[in-house]
Formats: sequence, structure tokens, C-alpha cells
Amino acid sequence: MSIDLTEIRELFLEESFDNIDLMESNLLELENGNVNQEIIDGIFRGAHSIKGGAGIFNFEEIIHFAHLMETLLDEIRKKERVITQSLIELLLRSVDALRMMLSALQENNDYDKEEVQACQNALKMPRQENTIDEPAESSEYLTTPVELMPSVAEPLLDSTQPPLTKDKGWHILFKPDLSMLKTGNDPINLFNELVCLGDLEVSADTSQVPAFSDLDAQACYFSWQLTLYADVERHIIEEIFEWVEDECELHITALEPPSPVPPSTPSHEDRNVFDKNEESEISPDIPLPDDGNAAFEKGEDSKTASSAAQLKNEAVFDEEKSNSHSDSEKGKEILQDWGTDEHTKPSYHHATEANSIRVSIDKIDDLINMVGELVITQSMLDQFKDNFDSPLISQLREGLLQLERNSRELQESVMRIRMLPISFSFNRFPRLVHDLSLQLGKKVELKLSGEQTELDKIVLEKINDPLVHLVRNALDHGIESPAQRLHAGKYEKGLLHLHAFHQGSNIIIKISDDGAGFDSEKIRAKAIQQGLLNAEEHPSEEQLYEFIFHPGFSTVTQVNNLSGRGVGMDVVRRNIRALSGTIEVQSKKGQGSTFSIRLPLTLAILDGQLVRVGQEIYILSLLSIIESLRINRALVNSYAGTTEVYRLRDEYIPILRLYDLFSMTSGTTQLEQGILVIVEGDGKKMGLFVDELLSQQQIVIKSLEKNYKKIQGISGATILGDGSVALILDVAGLIQRFHAKTI
Amino acid sequence: MAYNILICDDSVAMRQMVKMILMAYHYGINEANDGLEALELAKKYKFDLIITDVNMPKMDGLSLVRQLRTLPDYQFTPILLATTEPDGKIKKAAKAARATGWIIKPFEPDRLVAAVKKVLR
Repeated sequence: MSIDLTEIRELFLEESFDNIDLMESNLLELENGNVNQEIIDGIFRGAHSIKGGAGIFNFEEIIHFAHLMETLLDEIRKKERVITQSLIELLLRSVDALRMMLSALQENNDYDKEEVQACQNALKMPRQENTIDEPAESSEYLTTPVELMPSVAEPLLDSTQPPLTKDKGWHILFKPDLSMLKTGNDPINLFNELVCLGDLEVSADTSQVPAFSDLDAQACYFSWQLTLYADVERHIIEEIFEWVEDECELHITALEPPSPVPPSTPSHEDRNVFDKNEESEISPDIPLPDDGNAAFEKGEDSKTASSAAQLKNEAVFDEEKSNSHSDSEKGKEILQDWGTDEHTKPSYHHATEANSIRVSIDKIDDLINMVGELVITQSMLDQFKDNFDSPLISQLREGLLQLERNSRELQESVMRIRMLPISFSFNRFPRLVHDLSLQLGKKVELKLSGEQTELDKIVLEKINDPLVHLVRNALDHGIESPAQRLHAGKYEKGLLHLHAFHQGSNIIIKISDDGAGFDSEKIRAKAIQQGLLNAEEHPSEEQLYEFIFHPGFSTVTQVNNLSGRGVGMDVVRRNIRALSGTIEVQSKKGQGSTFSIRLPLTLAILDGQLVRVGQEIYILSLLSIIESLRINRALVNSYAGTTEVYRLRDEYIPILRLYDLFSMTSGTTQLEQGILVIVEGDGKKMGLFVDELLSQQQIVIKSLEKNYKKIQGISGATILGDGSVALILDVAGLIQRFHAKTI
Repeated sequence: MAYNILICDDSVAMRQMVKMILMAYHYGINEANDGLEALELAKKYKFDLIITDVNMPKMDGLSLVRQLRTLPDYQFTPILLATTEPDGKIKKAAKAARATGWIIKPFEPDRLVAAVKKVLR
């Protein structure tokens, strides 16, 4: 039978990347000194699963590579090898190589074969160097990984072995142990299989069945004499009994002695078949398959066979031993080699924007329940369709309410399917921090918390780069060198903390370090130097930190290979804004800094405030609104002739007349008659002048860019209940636009 | 009669593979990600056959077999171990745990079906 493997291939790749990530994080755990069996088992299983899965598709390079890793890990698991720093480094490197191979497979590319080869050599090398009583048998199968999974469906015997006796039939004595049924094997199934080969005569021996009072219902008291008339080889029959061979007495003898008489066969028939020693004599005429295929191994002959194999293998092992010295030398060279250029090599990551997501069962269950409810409500409303009279109106209303509630819940459930825990992003950081701190000569402890906080998959994917940048920055500029830290009276080891949590319909991600913090004086000086600030101005610390996000603003004098990648804080902020998020920084000189990123949980839904301007309806994100008020004319000032400002308590807030912005002639132009909505974006406030406030509701965002084009100040559109289209105002964009115009 | 089979493997790809093969033969397929999950399912429903991986998180395949055999409902139920390395050691361990038999991963469709037919009439 043939089956379509495409889908399974996708699953395999997805799963393998997960396994690789898991192996990586477990390896880093080991490095942190968390040596426990569970972690080691986890790493081992990762390699094992990848090998197994790759077997489905005959990805032989991957099978081979994963097998090498697995072998090494198995030795660690069995405590035959001690975990050293360099071993962990080697495994991390191998994980990278494996990831590279899988990515190449996924994208149908070539991969860096030299790197893989180097890894393979390194994986093999220390094995021969350290281990004392390594069974040589496995080293043989290292070099020929394909043999790992012999396809047993094919005859086990190859042509090099002596030709088999082809008999016309077999006599089988089958005497199960009393407990055979308890392994789930049923003699009838075995007989059924024999019947498939040819005619079968069965006679049961019931003499062993005890008296009824002594009868154990679960025991098997029968034995059988079977005669199979079929021209088959002995091993076919052996195979049928393979699963029960240790739980029964089994004697297979040829029905008619074949003409080319096998040496020991004829003498059997007149001997006592129950004689245990018999087997060892029968066996030699059963051709022995490669060891490992234990189909024929039985009693003593298996011992002799394996010891013969051992003898052979020991010879091989000795030979390898003599080479091991020069090999290990080479191994060291390779190890050093990679130590220096590790970071200059392109890193292979699997495509982060995967097209499928795996969803937990309860999310789907919720969804199914909701749809069920919806259908019920639907049918309830249907009943009114035919006989509609007024007393039923209240019932109709009730139904509609219910429908609305259910729809909303359904929508939320659907949205939840797209939600993934932020651990998908966080989990990459242990490796990054590990690599960077090595490179920078710093000691850093990474703490992750709130990894289970969920957010939309798209937001998750897009927030990764900014996070990486912030973490790099924290390590590079925030956390000081161990010496500096000791000097400042801090622990030698710096702390970097990534924390995520939900707040309303937002997710907050905090990246904090206990490093040097920002030097506000330095920022101030730099801002003045760049002409961003007047020397007389004395902004608050918070306002000063805002300069960090200014394009081209950097207080670092020297550029190393971490900074200077062309990604500055301005880009970080731009990316976060593109997700309708905000970023803020708090810092104390000498004590560290904290970046707080606030993001909407999803980009598809918005809690909106509907406002009317003239005949049009616009939507503001509820999150951007601080307050709304009736305008007191006395508090409005205008300066420079063009800009109106409103004095709200101690602040002066610029007023933007929306009808003006959209060049509308209808509607209110008198400030006293309308409403001023105070909004905030990017830390700046502004008052939007609208005719009136309408309802608040959840709206589904439709992209304007996709359907029309990008317009500054408009973040999208939505379709209202009555079918009309309303534009969604982008507050941050409006403020930017406003400032660009007035300054 | 339709048989109900439980597949226990921590690899979704593996499970999907088995599922696709066996569904073509109209077997009912249930899935578990590890031994513990399989055991819980087995306590809730009565399966006619359990095919389990050996290396799994939480509870490995051999422990699962041992646990299942302590349940009255699973004393005689066929349980097959799926293994990538069918060496003597694993076979002995399988027998010691009272598994019915073993099959070799990766699954070759005909071979898998033959093994299933061997224990489910």
C-alpha cells in the first residue's frame, strides 16, 4: 500500500525543530549545573525521535547524524561518560548542525557539509578516546547507519548464506507456557497465520487440563500438534512464533526429509522432542542472520553466536583503538577551530513564519461547544420566522441577545486558537545569552517568567527581533564585566530578567537587567550635542530616556560587533509601533534598567470608541483615550497663529480639529459644541475635536493597506453593524503628522 | 467488528503515520502522547490493541506495558512495542514486561498491518 507522506513530512520537520529547541534548552540547563537524569533523558529522546522520524523518509544523512548524537547521549545517560563543558559545547554545535540540515531539507537547499562532517568527527572522536568498555558492535553500526533499521519484511537471509531446505511441510509441536495468554498472545491467531501458508492439521493435547476445582481460568493448559502442508522456509514459521518463542516449547521439524539432507535434521524424529538440549543441535542448520535480528536466537546457540560476533568485533575494536590517538589529536584541532569562528558563521534557523500551528485540544473543544450553542440559538430564532406576532418579540430579543453573546464568545475562542505562549520566543534566549556572555566575557544569569502568557502568533513572530535586540543591548551595554560588578559591590553574575504578563487586552513584556543603567547626564549632553535639546532645558529623566529611541542616537563610543548591526533603538520602537504597541524605559544609574513593551494581544480585534465627525464615523482605540471633555472656551489658547492648545490642569494640549484634517465642511466647527477627546500616543498627548461620542464596541480590523493604500494617521478600517465602512484612527500617526506639520 | 487501537508515541509524525496506515483498514485510532496519557485513556476506554513507542517523556513504553498488565481489563489485551532498535535486549525487556510483541520503526505499511492483523482477528 502506498500513502501520502507529504503531510507527515511537514509534521516531522515541525516536530524535529521543536525537538531541537528542546535539546538546546536542556543542554543549556546542563550547562547551568542542573545535571539531572530527566534533562539528559530529554536530550536523548530529542535525538532519538529525530532519528526515528527521519527513518520514515530515509533521510540517511540525518539518521546517521542523529544516531551519532544519540549514541553519545546514551553513554551520558548511562553514566559511562562525564559531562564536561566541552562535551556540552560539542552537543550544542551538533544541535546547530542538525538544525541546519533540517532547514536545508525543508527549503530544499544544500547545507554546509563540511560543518556536518566536522561535527560528526567530533562526535565520534571522544568516544574512542574516553570510553573503556565500549561494545564494538555499535561502532560498526555507526558507519553503516542504514543497517539500523533492517526491513524485516524482506527475507532476513541473503544470497551469501547457504541455500535453504525447501520442504513440503512441517511438523510443529507447540506447547505454550501456562502464562502465555497474559502477554496478549492468542494461539488461534498464530494458527490463523499458519493457515495462510497452506493446509493445517491441528490436534490439541488436553491432557494437562487440571480438575475443574484447580482450574485457573487465565492459564493455558493446552498444547498442540500441528502439521502444515506448505512449501515454505523454516524461518517463515519461526517468524510467526517470534513473539512467543520464550513463552512456549516450540519444535519445528521437517515433514519429509529433503533430498539434500541438512547435517543434523534426520536424526531428530526419533528422539524425544521435549528434550531441551535438542534445540542447540537443531539450530546450527538454521542459518544465522546478522546479530540483532533475534528471530532465531534461542537458548545456547544465541550465546555461541553472539560470542562469535563479539570475537569478530573485538578485532575491529582493537584496530580502531590503535588509530584513536591520531584521531583525537585531529579532534582537538577541530574543536579549537570552531571555538573561534562560531559566531561568524551564518546561523541557520528554521523558517519562523510556519504556516501551521498546533492547537491544544481544549481550545478546539471550547470552539465546538460554542458552535453547538450557536446552532441551537439559530434554530430557536428560526421558529419565529413563520408565525411572527408581537407577544413573541420579547422572546426574539432574548434570542438575539443570546446569539450576540454566543457569537462574541465564539469569536474569542477562534482568536484563542491563534494564541501561542510567549515561551516560543523566550526559549531562544538561553542560547543567545549563553553565546553572548561567553563572547563578551560576562557572567549573566537569565531568568524567564510568565512564559505561558499567550499572544497572537503574528505578534509573537514580529516581536522576536526587537526582543533580541533589547537582550543584546542589555548584555552588551547594560550588564558590566565581572570585575566592574565586584568593584561596584554587586554580585559577579549579572541578572537579566524577561517577564511577560497580561494586562487587560494587552501583554506586557519587561526586560530588566541589574547592570549599569543609563547615565542621564550623558544622554543630556549627547542630546544637546545633537541639537535635540537646548542647553537651558531641564527635562525629566523620563523625557531624557526618550532620546534613546531617537534615530542615530547612541551614547556608546566604541562600536563592537554586537552593536553597529544597523538596528538601533529607533528601529525597535518602530517595529513595536507597527504592532500598535509602545515601549518605555525606566532606569537608575548603577542599578540597571527596565524596558517595558506593551502590545495588543491580537492585531485582528480592537476595543474601539466610535466618534462622529460630520456625517462620518471614525474609530479610536480605547487604549489611546485618556479622557473626553466638553471644551471650556476660556481654556483654549492659540499660539503662533495656527496652533490651538487647551489647558488641561497643568498641561497644554494641542488641539486637532478632525473635520479640518479630513477637509469636511459639514458638522460642528464651534469648539464649545463638540467634544475634545484627549488621546496619547508615543508619550505625547493631543486633543482630538469631534462632534460627538458614540458607542464603544469591539471591532474587527480590516487592512486598508491591502485593499487601498497606506495612509498616515489611519491604521485600518472596519465594517459597522449597518454595513457602512468606518476608518480607524492611528493616534500615534496623527500626532506625528501633526508635529511634522507644525514644527 | 471495528477494533479500537490506541497509538502511544511522543512524535506526532509517527502517530500520524500509523494512523494513516491503519485508518485505511478501518481501524478506530486513538492517540496518546506519552505513557501516562495512554494509561489514563486506557482506564477510561477499553482498547483492543495498544501500540506504544519505547522512549517517551513522563512514562516510557515498558513501564506503560507493566502498568497496563496490572489492570484487569488489559490482562490479555495485545500490546505491541514499537522500537527502532529491535535487539535482543529490548525484546527480553518487552517479554519481561509482558508485551505481546514488537514492531520495528519506522513503520513499513504492510509490515505494520500484518502485525496488527496478527493480534486482531
